[in-house]
Amino acid sequence: MSATDLAPVAPLPDRGGPQQPLVIARDLRRHFPIRSGFFGRRTGTVHAVDGVSFEVVKGETLGIVGESGCGKSTTARLLVGLIALDEGDIIFDGDRLGDQLSLRELRRGVQMVFQDSYASLNPRLTIEDSIAFGPKVHGMGEGQARRRARELLASVGLEPARFAGRYPHELSGGQRQRVNIARALAMAPRLVILDEAVSALDKSVEAQVLNLLADLKEERDLTYVFISHDLNVVRYISDRVMVMYLGEVVEIGPAEAVYARKAHPYTAALFAAMPSMDPDARTEEPPLAGDPPNPIDPPTGCRFHTRCRFAEAVCAAVKPALASVPGEARGGEARAEAHVAACHMLVAGSGHSAAGGAA
Amino acid sequence: MTKPLVDIRDLSVTFSGERTVHAVNGLDLSLPPGEVLAILGESGSGKSVTLKTLLRLLPPRRTAISGMIAVDGVDVLSLSGRRLADYRGGTVSMVFQEPMLALDPVYSIGDQIAEAVMRHEGLGRRAAMERALDMLTRVRIPSPERRLKVFPHEMSGGMRQRAMIALALACRPKLLLADEPTTALDATVQIQILLLLRELQREFGMGVIFVTHDIGVAVEVADRIAVMYAGNVVETGTVAEVIRDARHPYTKGLLAANLHGAVKGARLEAIRGAPPALERPPEACSFAPRCDFADERCRTAPPPMIVPGPGRRVACVLADRLEAAE
Ligand SMILES: Nc1ncnc2c1ncn2[C@@H]1O[C@H](COP(=O)(O)OP(=O)(O)OP(=O)(O)O)[C@@H](O)[C@H]1O
Ligand SMILES: Nc1ncnc2c1ncn2[C@@H]1O[C@H](COP(=O)(O)OP(=O)(O)OP(=O)(O)O)[C@@H](O)[C@H]1O
Ligand code: SF4
Ligand code: SF4
Ligand SMILES: [Mg+2]
Ligand SMILES: [Mg+2]
Repeated sequence: MSATDLAPVAPLPDRGGPQQPLVIARDLRRHFPIRSGFFGRRTGTVHAVDGVSFEVVKGETLGIVGESGCGKSTTARLLVGLIALDEGDIIFDGDRLGDQLSLRELRRGVQMVFQDSYASLNPRLTIEDSIAFGPKVHGMGEGQARRRARELLASVGLEPARFAGRYPHELSGGQRQRVNIARALAMAPRLVILDEAVSALDKSVEAQVLNLLADLKEERDLTYVFISHDLNVVRYISDRVMVMYLGEVVEIGPAEAVYARKAHPYTAALFAAMPSMDPDARTEEPPLAGDPPNPIDPPTGCRFHTRCRFAEAVCAAVKPALASVPGEARGGEARAEAHVAACHMLVAGSGHSAAGGAA
Repeated sequence: MTKPLVDIRDLSVTFSGERTVHAVNGLDLSLPPGEVLAILGESGSGKSVTLKTLLRLLPPRRTAISGMIAVDGVDVLSLSGRRLADYRGGTVSMVFQEPMLALDPVYSIGDQIAEAVMRHEGLGRRAAMERALDMLTRVRIPSPERRLKVFPHEMSGGMRQRAMIALALACRPKLLLADEPTTALDATVQIQILLLLRELQREFGMGVIFVTHDIGVAVEVADRIAVMYAGNVVETGTVAEVIRDARHPYTKGLLAANLHGAVKGARLEAIRGAPPALERPPEACSFAPRCDFADERCRTAPPPMIVPGPGRRVACVLADRLEAAE
């Protein structure tokens, strides 16, 4: 396809060059008030995303994992501009949201695909109209938007002649999720956030959609943020992985390094909780007891200390900062290669007995 | 050979109404007492319908059921009235993915368990409350005395799941039906519940049929696996047999798609296409449109049930040939 043919919704140009991260998220914070009673008095605050920083490198897939309610979707919604930040900065290809980049421009560059393929499609629109809708809102003519919709249907593996006129209820779950992907791509985004986008699909169909995502990424120079609770899928698809716990980042690094080291005790527990695939080596002890704590009143210090088997006094008193995971630091490594985790055991002189003396 | 606890023969379930669905098509299944069977299969393959039929939960007016179901020697399809009520919650009980389906929002957890015990075992209120406390302790709900008085909405997700299990097991059923009871839970809570179920199953010696679409979950809880496709069992065997030596092309595809140990960047072996709509009863192998090995035989008649070993069944024309090739 030629870019001129598809104007005015053409891909945004690469402005900052390959070294510039596509996204820099700096100290993102988003709290939600809890209201209750007849007058809706504010009775508490959910610390959904609480000081989260990370980068998304151009062309990579960043996987995000963590328990339910740890803030994965809220982080994603902040990145797409679906909800407003309380604090922090989002820098998209060098331009800061707010002063250098409008919300409208951000939404062009970042698209999101959700888990629930049914709820995110309008049941009264044919799938062709659903896909053409976004470009038309952004000023594309009727005929051109239709052409683009059909071309996208073909590229997600749905033959336009057979599928264009169908309504969402006439498709299977896997087919609907393909439509959602096509709809996200219709805006020619540079970053696609996939929030549990394959989680509701059957295993046999999930593999088809993962193959499709890989092809589209290649063809269209896309960057992905991939959120899932399935650690096998995240490992397969991600270049780097970020682990969240109760609104914070506890570990981030290259996928293989995180999977091999599991430097943060929560990461280790999460991985150990994966069902075994070996009938002769079934899990005998649950790695963690109890449910995750309530994000309304998160624990002090390290938020994991209430469930961590290595917790000591310092853990409840002092919040650990992200520190480089020892044994892997190489001189002059690129930031994208860094492997960091937020645990007192990794910092000499932190006061944790497993950490060693002063730095 | 011991008499099976569950014996299902040639079961078919068809829904009529706005559209016709042949949800279960000639299913055979049996479960010895004290064994855990995992039913594995994708969405719409008939897993929940099979469990609901076992518990007689389907709307009678729109459902046509044929075949035979015996549980603990009782002909389930002929039960009605008082005997059906005794069977449900007495001989057999069920846990669901969504605990609010099983728990009543307006009664405390303790009252609900006690009520069930009084109804099924005729115990007095005091003894029934003691049983309730014992059950909450067994499912490891912290501070169980206090939790007796708590309402379902006042508990966390993992805790509600435990309360539902306590309710389901309070009357010591011979058979527990579990329909994806851990699918909505976090990984760290899911494994706790799976291990708890395994422990209680051993302690009470009950039979369990556990429905899941997660192979890893099946490996953690089950002795045997039955793989369902389009309303029928296409393969059964011990967990190790099915995981290490799958014979049916659908089971093989499912195992490959699990991504356990998939190599990054390599293409995944995906099963193409989608499962059938089940508007008509199958007249051939239901998997044929998606199967790489399908030939004329597969498209003209239902596949034979091959028995490659004791307790092992595979519904595929190739199952014996694959074995012969080894
Ligand atoms: N609009 C909202 N109002 C109030 N609380 C909210 C809102 N959105 C999210 N939350 C809360 O913020 C926390 C983080 O939610 P979020 O959806 O980001 O979690 P998640 O990691 O995506 O979880 P899951 O794995 O279940 O999707 C949760 O406690 C959630 O209940
Ligand atoms: N009460 C009903 N009336 C009509 N059709 C039904 C009814 N219950 C189930 N079905 C249909 O029967 C088929 C089998 O459904 P079932 O719920 O057993 O699937 P399942 O294997 O449990 O899938 P899932 O993994 O999605 O829970 C589906 O096509 C479903 O739509
Ligand atoms: S800081 Fe302490 S409580 Fe937190 S993960 Fe490390 S050892 Fe555990
Ligand atoms: S019977 Fe034929 S179509 Fe069916 S699974 Fe076996 S080879 Fe494939
Ligand atoms: Mg979410
Ligand atoms: Mg079901």
